[in-house]
Amino acid sequence: MNPTPEQLERLQQLSTELRCLVCQNQSIAESNAGLAVDLRQQALEQIQAGKSDAAIRSYMVERYGEFILYKPAYSGTNAVLWGGPFLLLVLVAVVIVRGWRRRQREQSQTEVSGTAAAADLLRQAQLEERYQREREK
Amino acid sequence: MRRSFLLVLPIAVLIALAVLLARGLQSDPRKLDSVLIGKPAPHIVLPTLDGRQFDSEKLVGQVWLLNVFASWCSACVIEHPQLVQLAEQARLPMVGLAYKDKTPDTAAWLKEHGNPYAQVALDSDGRTGINYGVYGVPETFVIDAQGIVRVRHAGPIDATFFAQQVAPLLAKAATP
Repeated sequence: MNPTPEQLERLQQLSTELRCLVCQNQSIAESNAGLAVDLRQQALEQIQAGKSDAAIRSYMVERYGEFILYKPAYSGTNAVLWGGPFLLLVLVAVVIVRGWRRRQREQSQTEVSGTAAAADLLRQAQLEERYQREREK
Repeated sequence: MRRSFLLVLPIAVLIALAVLLARGLQSDPRKLDSVLIGKPAPHIVLPTLDGRQFDSEKLVGQVWLLNVFASWCSACVIEHPQLVQLAEQARLPMVGLAYKDKTPDTAAWLKEHGNPYAQVALDSDGRTGINYGVYGVPETFVIDAQGIVRVRHAGPIDATFFAQQVAPLLAKAATP
């Protein structure tokens, strides 16, 4: 039975997601290693037998482990892999915002104390003036 | 206190990262954990070199060794003396899986290097190999009396293999 163009299309797509275990930096779509050819053949047969992509992927994982998937599955142990970068982003954002807020707070505090000092000076000047006037009387 | 913590933090992160990456460099990316460990060994039914049929179910009840080899495999020559020696001690049944090999080539190779196997199953299209997650030859599996895969070794076995990986399993199987 010759594969239909749609089946070949699916095989092509699926093969790019599977790592060739003999030549680890190639997918089984790119590689011509014996095992890659065999695994492509397996995948094609299963496509022709009407299996879903997910079923074929899990067939591969059952035999070769998750390492065969270029795109790791969403699972407990892989949560760090998927979530890590975002967590890092949030962490950095928090640190930056906190630093920025603190600087603002420090700045407004110096402004407040500056106003207080000015008020003191003014009050002192007023008191002195009153004292002078009292004496002149 | 806070300041000094903030000063040390980047250095600590850097060191942690360096250790992580150094470990990554030292680990062998070809050594993959087999997902089969602790799982039932895939059932094998294959013709044998002597024209009979190998059925892995007949071995249930004893610890046995499955060695994946091929006449085209150069590393197999390296480990082969270990297997021959193991066979002489006759500690457990040893089955050879001739992986993607031509039958006359397998026969000639075993004649030349010695045949340590009780049976040689012919996996000429490599399908049984795929079921066992074989990605390189030689590979060695040890299956326990319950038919569970206990050991998987990718690459040639060395002199320590039997004592370290197989003997403990045999000892465990011997004590009821």
